[in-house]
Formats: sequence, structure tokens, C-alpha cells
Amino acid sequence: MATTTAPAREARTGPPSILLKTVMAVTGLVGIAYLLIHMYGNLMILVGPEAFDEYAHHIRTFGEPMLPEKGLLWIIRVALLASLVLHVWAAATMWRRANAARSQRYVMTRRGYGNFYAKAMRWGGLAILTFIIFHVLHFTTQTVTIGEAHASPAARVLDTFSHWWGVLIYLAAMIFLGLHLLHGFWGGGHDDGAELLAQARRADPVRLHPGDHHHRGGLHDPAVRHPVRASRLRTADL
Amino acid sequence: MTDMLIEGLYREGEPIADTKAPAGDISQKWTTRQFEAALVNPANRRKLSVIIVGTGLAGAAAGATMGEAGYNVKSFCYQDSPRRAHSIAAQGGINAAKNYKGDGDSVHRLFYDTVKGGDYRSRETNVYRLAEVSANIIDQCVAQGVPFAREYGGLLDNRSFGGVQVSRTFYARGQTGQQLLIGAYQALERQIAAGTVQMYARHEMLELVVVDGVARGIIARDLVTGEIETHLADAVVLASGGYGNVFFLSTNAMGSNVTANWRAHRKGAYFGNPAYTQIHPTCIPQSGEHQSKLTLMSESLRNDGRIWVPKRAEDCDKDPREIPEEDRDYYLERIYPGFGNLVPRDIASRQAKNMCDEGRGVGPEVDGVRRGVYLDFADAIGRLGEEAVRSKYGNLFDMYERITGENPYEVPMRIYPAVHYTMGGLWVDYDLQSTIPGLFVTGEANFSDHGANRLGASALMQGLADGYFVLPNTIRDYLAKGRSRRSARTTPPSSRPTSRSPTGWSGCCRSTAAARWTPSTRPWARSCGRSAAWNAPRRVCARPSTRSASCAPSSGATCGSWAPRTRSTSPWRRPAGWPTSSSWAS
Amino acid sequence: MRLALKIWRQDRPQAKGQMVRYDIDGVSEDSSFLEMLDLLNEQLIAKGEEPVAFDSDCREGICGQCGVVINGEAHGPERTTTCQLHMRSFKDGDEIVVEPWRADPFPVLKDLVVDRSAFDRIIQAGGFISANTGSAPDAHATPVPKEHADRAFMAAECIGCGACVAACPNGSASLFMGAKITHLGELPQGQPERDARVVSMTAQHDAEGLGGCTNLGECTRACPKGIPLNVISQMNADLRHAGYGR
Repeated sequence: MATTTAPAREARTGPPSILLKTVMAVTGLVGIAYLLIHMYGNLMILVGPEAFDEYAHHIRTFGEPMLPEKGLLWIIRVALLASLVLHVWAAATMWRRANAARSQRYVMTRRGYGNFYAKAMRWGGLAILTFIIFHVLHFTTQTVTIGEAHASPAARVLDTFSHWWGVLIYLAAMIFLGLHLLHGFWGGGHDDGAELLAQARRADPVRLHPGDHHHRGGLHDPAVRHPVRASRLRTADL
Repeated sequence: MTDMLIEGLYREGEPIADTKAPAGDISQKWTTRQFEAALVNPANRRKLSVIIVGTGLAGAAAGATMGEAGYNVKSFCYQDSPRRAHSIAAQGGINAAKNYKGDGDSVHRLFYDTVKGGDYRSRETNVYRLAEVSANIIDQCVAQGVPFAREYGGLLDNRSFGGVQVSRTFYARGQTGQQLLIGAYQALERQIAAGTVQMYARHEMLELVVVDGVARGIIARDLVTGEIETHLADAVVLASGGYGNVFFLSTNAMGSNVTANWRAHRKGAYFGNPAYTQIHPTCIPQSGEHQSKLTLMSESLRNDGRIWVPKRAEDCDKDPREIPEEDRDYYLERIYPGFGNLVPRDIASRQAKNMCDEGRGVGPEVDGVRRGVYLDFADAIGRLGEEAVRSKYGNLFDMYERITGENPYEVPMRIYPAVHYTMGGLWVDYDLQSTIPGLFVTGEANFSDHGANRLGASALMQGLADGYFVLPNTIRDYLAKGRSRRSARTTPPSSRPTSRSPTGWSGCCRSTAAARWTPSTRPWARSCGRSAAWNAPRRVCARPSTRSASCAPSSGATCGSWAPRTRSTSPWRRPAGWPTSSSWAS
Repeated sequence: MRLALKIWRQDRPQAKGQMVRYDIDGVSEDSSFLEMLDLLNEQLIAKGEEPVAFDSDCREGICGQCGVVINGEAHGPERTTTCQLHMRSFKDGDEIVVEPWRADPFPVLKDLVVDRSAFDRIIQAGGFISANTGSAPDAHATPVPKEHADRAFMAAECIGCGACVAACPNGSASLFMGAKITHLGELPQGQPERDARVVSMTAQHDAEGLGGCTNLGECTRACPKGIPLNVISQMNADLRHAGYGR
């Protein structure tokens, strides 16, 4: 009797988790690319307020006359907003699926990389989302002001960071963002980037996350458990 | 033939002749049988059902193959998934007469080695067939994606195993059984998805259903709900493994409790060569009363390790490193200077037991006896260096350290023999059919292929040979001719004269459950296994009996003599001077 | 050794479970974790109480039937299976919390026993190579580069115990699935069905209600066979190649 590969069952609910993961990775990379440009602009403040204002002005007139005023800015804004919406949607879907996959929680959970970042990515992500909204209200729409209202962007920056709580808000946001990127970028890197290069695909499972603790040495030494090394040993043995 | 109990132990049975093997040259028998066995039309296969108990190599392979052929298969296992069957624990490898090394191997040589290794007590017709299909097994497994070890040229690697002089063993590191079983499991799951196989996991067979002398189904218990179910089919296949756990401690899995075979035997299926139990010399010794099972280490350790016990019983407590050379008894080197530590398995096992029974065993005392001997690598480490020893035996040393908490690079290992495989089993004919028509037995559960001693890497070969190639070709003859016996679905329930109906069984189980056995059955099983099975043979052997086949040189440490009397059709000449036995495998 | 055990007790799949404390004395540090539970059960039976149900079979770390979460870690503090975990990894007087694998697709049947048939169904969806018995060409017809064979073997070492799901904060079986997809995808025999396999298996995985992977790496850390995280990358790459099944 001829039998073939069983077809996928039609019970699939929503998009494949791996597709969501790819969406997270791609939109995350868009975000990271923007952050690099943003950081370049921010660094102008170290050159001087004039340079910073010049940068802020230039980004609005970039590409003229091919583009109208703020043309590039709006392109960036739309791309960022779309990325953000997709990123948050994918994350929320994954979060919901994760919760549905374990409705009965463990009484005790190991403290370690994975369980920390499982929380850090989600709650931290929510914190970053809140911050982004605040940041836009603060610097873009200027609905919120810290200190006085200024026409010069550089002045607004300097005024904000002359208040301790302004510094605190931005510092906290940077910490959350750093944590988010630490796992997001390197974790995403495993998936979609360097991981698939020939030498990386045999990465030591235990050493993937340097922050993780190892068990005591000897028998349980990660090197002993390394699949490739172990295989060489065993093959030599046979 | 008499109804009298002979020596109070056994009764002579009817002579059994294997009538299924065709006449003619041994090398043509399988071809002839395949041709002569009746075929079942593909359209009729859909109307036939087969129950297969057990999902190890033999059971899963048979289930997948029968499913592919289009029969309705009901597959049963007590584990939570067919992938857990204990075939998975086999380490060494699988033999096949491929002659890929060009070292003079052939079907005939594999046949010869297997028969010789089995002390000329296996059924030669079956063994020849086994050797013939062995090559197909490797082809089949590779096609399924079993990741056998390969050489840099991309071709399959072989090694020499079990004391033979050719390299015919295919392997996947130390996990050959796992890889082969996963291959068969995947083929089975494919058929489950295709709808030809219905899987009943967490089901334990309680009884064989025999109607008018013909096996027609099983009674099984759903281990989750406790329900007792009757399943009927046109034929029943037992692929439920060996009975090593009658010794309580063995290398078998916890759930391998031989219930299926035992019930079939109680229903009249003959049991062949129960004494033929393989004892493996290099297991990790028992550490205390708490022990639930034993773990095997590769016998390759004996290539470089030296086995010894203290000469004086009072030294057994000492740190072995403090016992001077002159106070050590390298007993294998002393008794068998020609072979030294590389004596055959059975001899190494028996001598280790003798040393411990003399009171010179080492390690923790269990029941007042120290059951362990030293396997010392100090010489090898001195001669080759620790690194060389590590590269050769690193995995085994790690495993030993994990289980015992001792570092074998520092102190000698302790080893002790353990029950490992049972060559005996339900008697089958050339078609693998038992003495109950319609009941087929494959793999370790049957008795036919290994004689008194199984060669290394032959268990996997037999399981897969039976499952993939032999049973599907022989059972069709029964199914084709038995269609006049009507399909199981048409059997009215009232005409099921089982010895104990499903309702009877559930009543029995309820009363057992209600009885709340206190204390548990475990101490009972432990003491039976130890005193009745493991220690009893000495008593029996001390009283030599011409009927006790298992006192022969390579039959392991145990004896027994309740095999049904069978008539030998063996063309082989028994070596002169060996004990003759009427309970030989035929 | 003297230990305080806190064990999840649950009578039936639908019943509400709870943690119950048991004090146990006289545990040998040479006994395995499951032998310690055997001892507890002997004592419970002697007292006329219901023994703790747990799964185990081969007890040599290969069948994959055993597995409980011990103090928050799948298979306990060592990188091995529960049956190969020995009590010398604990200290006298320790309190040990024992829970079943927790994942909705692995419903608890009783106490520490869960139903992992979701894994079987994922394999049914395509975790095989379609090669009917007797249809195979000679084993040497297709040479397989050693590097590929070794990587396939590395992935094929998976024992299907479910520790990856138990340890994953998202309850994902990506490591299990990735291992099978890498095993079969690495071999020439697995190529014809490679795209269909990954599409089918990942769809089944999601349909079972298992969570998505976020690269946290808890699975590979808990895996008694040390299956590396990169099998998941391989699976993702294969699924991308297959166009996500669309």
C-alpha cells in the first residue's frame, strides 16, 4: 500500500510560531538599525548644541529636493511604526502562546539565563514600549516637557538632563533597552545570522550563554559534554 | 512420555517437530518457503487484522511492515510511547553479512559463527535465514535514516565484535539499539499516521484469547484508566522480549516483566530452553538493597583491565591500592593462563560469582555477601598513560563514575556479572509460529536463533530480521489459509471461551487492588529473583543431571530443566564428550 | 541521608493537585533519585497510603520515559536523566521539590506521570523517511560524508524525554523537533521529504498548543543528551526554505 508523508493537520491556529519569530527578528533588526542612526545623532550633543541642532534640522531636509521637507523623516517614521506594531504583535502572540502552553505554573523555577530573560524580554519590552510613547510625547510632539519648553532640540536635551528624574527616566530606559538587545540581538543572531555559518553551527550548547552557570567540573564539565569532542573521543575508541 | 514428574521437577512433553521448514539444501530453504507460503491479495489484507504485543525492534519493525503491506495492525506497548522499548538500550552494534571489508565474510560464515557461538544448540534453518536477511536489514535501516558510523569516504564503518575474526558489526557509537529502534519507531509512526496501525500505548497484555485452539486476540489493561479490554484479531504476534527480570536484578527495563510470554505459556504455548540465560560479566555491581536494576558496561574494558580479588577474605575491606601485588589473586590469569582476562563471557561471569561466593568479593555487602571483583586499570595507565586510557574508555569511565561516585582512574573499578539476555523463549517453528496456531513469537521472546549463547551484536539483528523480513513473509501463509476461519470481527462474543473472560479479569484486578498488598510485591520479587533464580543453580548443578542442558560449558551461570522435550532435527554433529540433552532446541 | 520531599500529588488528569510533604530517612547516597522514590513508595505502601506514581523504564538514561522537575530543574541538578541522577548530588537534610513536567500539551495523568503523546503525533506528522520495507537500495549506494553522518547522529541522540518542553519558559518543543529535522535533513535519504517534513511537523507542534521558541536556551541546558540549540536554527532555516508552508 502506498503511503506518503502525512499532510499537515488543519488544526493550526494562527501563524506559525517560527514565522512570528522571524517577524520579531526582522523588525528587531530594523529597530536596531534605527537606534544606530539615532545614537549617531545623539552623539552630536558632545560636539556642541549647534551641531546637534544642525543634525536635527538636516534630518528634516535630507534628500531635498527629491524628497519634500521631512520626507525621509516620515518614511523612517512609517517604517518604524510598522516594525514596532509587528514586533509588539508577534511578541504578544508568542507571550499568549507561552502562557497557554503552561497554565499550571511550577512551584519552583530555576534561576538562570532563560527564566530571567523570559520575564525580562516581556516585562522589559512593555517598559520600553511605555518609554517610547513617553519619548515621542516628550521630544517629537513636545506634549510633555521636562524643565521649560525650548525651540532648540539641544536645549531641550540639556534641560532634561539637568533634572535628576529626567536622567533617571532615560537611564532606566537605557538599562531596559540594553537588556532587551542583549538577548534580542544575540538570541536573534543564533537564529538568523551567524549561527548558520559552518563553524558556528556546532556551538557548545552549554557555552551559548556566557552568563549561565555551569555545573561542577570533571564529569559534568561542558567540554566533556561537547558533542563534537565527545564524538571524536568515541570514534577513536571504536 | 509420562505424566510423572521426573526428579520432582519436570514432565516430559510431546515431541515437537518443526514441519514448516522446507526440505532441501539449507541455503535454499528460505527462498523455497517464501515461494511456497501462500500470498494474501492486497484487497484482502484490509480485511485481516494482526495484534502485535511489544514495540521493540521486532514488534515495531513487524508493525510497520505489516502496516505498509496493508493489514490492520493493532500494536501494544506498556510504555508511554513505542519509542521507549528496551531495544533502545542495546549499545554495541548489529551484525550483517555484507562483507564490506572484504575480509572473507559471507552468509555462510555468519551462519556458522552464530551456530558455533550458540554452542550448536540453535536451530540451523532459522539461523541460516537470519544470516541471509541480515544484509537487507542494513539497507533498510540506512534508507530510513539510521545514522550509522561512517568512514571519511562516506561509506559505512564496521568493527569486529563478539570474538569473531571478521568486521561485520555496523554501529552508531554506543547507541546502536537506540538508533535502530528510533528508525523502526518512525516507520511505525508513519503507519499510525497512515491509519494502518492503531497504537495502544500504556497497555499491558494480561491474557491470550484462544478460541477453538487458535490464538484470536488478547486481553489487555489500559494502564491509565485501569480498564480491561478485549482485542480480537486474525493472528497475534508476541514481540515482548525476554525474561531476564525473573532474576529481579538484570539489565532489563523495569517494566519488562514477561507477563505476555508467561500467559501464552500458561495457555499452552511451549517454552524452549528457559535455562539459556546470558550473563554479562562487566556490569556495575549492586550498591545496596535499594538497587532497582543493573547497568552494563562494554566488555571491551577487559582488553586492558586486569581482574582480581584479594587472596585473603580479610583484605576485602581494605583500600585496594594498599593491597600489595603478592596478596592479589588475578584469578582469570591464574586459572586460564592462555586467555587471561579475555576468557569468554560465561567463564568470566561464573568465576566472578565463584570468587564472591568464596567470600573474597569486594565492595559493599549486600545480604552478607560482597558481590564485586576489581577490574584494575593501574597497569594499563602505567603502560599507556592516562590520556590513552581516557581516549579509549573515557565514556565508560564517566558512566561508571556517574553511577558509583568513584573515580576509576584512581581506584580500580568494581564489576559483577548480571543477567543480560535470555536466549530461551516461547518455542516457534520455522514460520515463527508457536505451538498455539495463530500465535507468532519474534525477537528475544522466541527461542530459536541463539542456542545456548548469543553472539555480540546478534540480538538487534534477530529482532529486525524477524520484524522486517521473516514474520511478514511467514504470517501471510497462516493468514491466507486461515481466512476460512473467519475474520475476528465476525466472531460472536458468546463464542469466546477464554479461561477468564474480561469481566473475570476486571473482578480479579479489582480484588487485587482492594486487597492493598502490604508489604508491597517488591521485596517478594527481590527475594524470589535472588534465591530462586540467581542462587539456585549452584544447588541444581551440584546434582548433575543428564537432562540439565545448561550445565554445558558456555551456558552461563544458571541452570534449569523444565524445557519441553523437543526432537532435534539438527544436521550438526555435536562435539564429542559434551553432555547430551533431550531438551535441546530443534 | 534524611530528606524532606515536597511532591506534586494529583489523583486523576482532571483532579486538582497539590504539593505534599514527605519526610524520608535512610536514603543511600549511592541510590538513584528514582530508587529513592521507590523507597518512599515502599514506606507509603507499608503505611497503606497511595504510592507516588512516576514514569521510568530502562533506568539507564536512554529510553526517555523518566523525568521529573527537581527543585525547578528538569531532570535535576546534573546534566543527565532522572534515573541516572544519584542522591550524592544532594545533601543530608535537603528539601527537594518534585514536580511533573508542566506543559498543557503534556497533561498530568497522575502525580508525576504526564502524557507525552504530543511528541508521537509530531513524529507522525513527518518525522520519518518514507522507505517501505524491502524497497531499500544497497546501503553503500549513497555515500554520506562523515561530517553529515556525525551531525545527523548528534541530533538523533534525542531520547524524546520532554525535558526541553519542561524547561522552556515558553513550553516549546522546538529542540525536540529541531533535533529530528536536523537528523533527517542532514542525510541524503531525508532530502526528498525535507520541505514537507518541516512544514508538517512545525504545524503539528503549533496545533498541539506548544509554545514558540525565543532562543532562551533553557532546553539545551536541560537536555540530558546535550542537543545543541543550533538544531533549532536549522529547523528555522529549513522552514524559511520551505516558504513557511504557504
